Amino acid sequence: MTLIPFFRAPFAALALCLAAALVLPAQGHAQATGDLGLVIERATGSVLVIDQSEHRSIGEITGLGDLSHATVVYSPDENFAYVFGRDGGLTKVDILKQKIVHRVVQAGNSIGGAISDDGRLVAVSNYDPGGIKVFDADTLELVADIPTGSKTIGLVDVPGRKFVFSLWDKGETWIADLSGATPKIARITGIGKNPYDALVTPDGRTYIVGLFGEDHLTALDLWQDPPLPRVILPGYGKHEARLPVYKMPHMEGWALAGDNLVFPAVGHHEVLWVDSRTLKETGRTPTYGQPVFVRARPDGRQVWVNFAHPLNDKVQVIDTLTKKVIHTFTPGPAVLHMEFTARGNEVWISVRDLNKVEIYNTQTLKKVGEFAAQSPSGIFFTSRAHHIGL
Amino acid sequence: MPSRATLAVMVALACSAAQAAPTSPTSARQKALENLVRQDCGSCHGMTLKGGLGPDIRGTRLRAFDPAALEQIILNGVPGTAMPPWRPELNERDVHWIVQYLLETK
Repeated sequence: MTLIPFFRAPFAALALCLAAALVLPAQGHAQATGDLGLVIERATGSVLVIDQSEHRSIGEITGLGDLSHATVVYSPDENFAYVFGRDGGLTKVDILKQKIVHRVVQAGNSIGGAISDDGRLVAVSNYDPGGIKVFDADTLELVADIPTGSKTIGLVDVPGRKFVFSLWDKGETWIADLSGATPKIARITGIGKNPYDALVTPDGRTYIVGLFGEDHLTALDLWQDPPLPRVILPGYGKHEARLPVYKMPHMEGWALAGDNLVFPAVGHHEVLWVDSRTLKETGRTPTYGQPVFVRARPDGRQVWVNFAHPLNDKVQVIDTLTKKVIHTFTPGPAVLHMEFTARGNEVWISVRDLNKVEIYNTQTLKKVGEFAAQSPSGIFFTSRAHHIGL
Repeated sequence: MPSRATLAVMVALACSAAQAAPTSPTSARQKALENLVRQDCGSCHGMTLKGGLGPDIRGTRLRAFDPAALEQIILNGVPGTAMPPWRPELNERDVHWIVQYLLETK
């Protein structure tokens, strides 16, 4: 090894820089995406790119249309986000370059989306015209159009390049298999009246449908062929009159808390618990309001709940072992969403009418950060890329 | 005893009072109601009111309906559907203002 004389060092450094510039790809920052995410700004049709480690937003992307109801899925490499807007807009965003790559308006009115297990297909569920449309994840070209004749909700991906979704107007669940040249559809009838949302367990096995028009939920074991509807929590609301429902609850993954699955009761101030294997009721937790999101911390040790209008200012934390509320606090008017970091050390909470996102440590239950966002709603971390059904 | 003319005036006044719109909500209340329409009615009808789980409720569509019937729908809900009664949250003056507000939206 030769020592570079002092006066020559700057030239050597310059040469190294030039070499590096030739070798490194010209695009993007040298930043990884594993701790990034997006926050929907629902009133302005924009999204914030957020950095988990830095507790702040690192950029804003505009021009995504009507995001008053929106959801996000991620490409397997966590480089791209697919944002599904209320107006039928499907927008592919490069979260490193912080810009829109593709955008299509694929229906008049839509509600959700999903990405296939192989990351090659993106599906959108639509209210109007009712059904799902499937797009190539690279180009957003239409691959399959599956009309259902009904408002279509509860769309999730399951293994085998399949999508599962439910029909509000018809009480059916359909399984679309896109592994072959043409989609194969399996229709399951008798799910129950007015499915409003659904989720699939983290193993992709059990699809659970929330029903607005029934006093129970319905489960499907997707490992059976055909899966048969099974009533769970029959008559859960019988003990008291149902309250007016001013916001439909949401069902998302993270329903698994220890040995139990947790669900919102429709029209009641209650969280419902069932044994995750037998699907029999194991308990109920009275809550402050009608639950909207009932989310288990990723380790399952706690369940966090937010509430429907007009009681949407508070969040409650339930202990999984005792099924009791251990903490109630008031982030502020209109708490719309809660997103855990992948290992659950923090939860990020959007407080729409304070125009901010607040960050809480889930062990101490103390606020550890906050940042500004305009009318924030959904928060989505890139770690969702690696979970079935998200 | 009042004259006939006075009686007629009194009757006319009583009728106009009965038919008049309820007094308007305060401007602060109007702001809160507009927020409620956009955000909370918007949960089902969309923030732009173009529809979602619930139908389009923009004025362009609602003008085909009797405003008094629309007020009753908001106050009492529509049994058998997802439309809840808003009576626990809103009084008749609020609802009258909301219907007039909706009728002006495009």
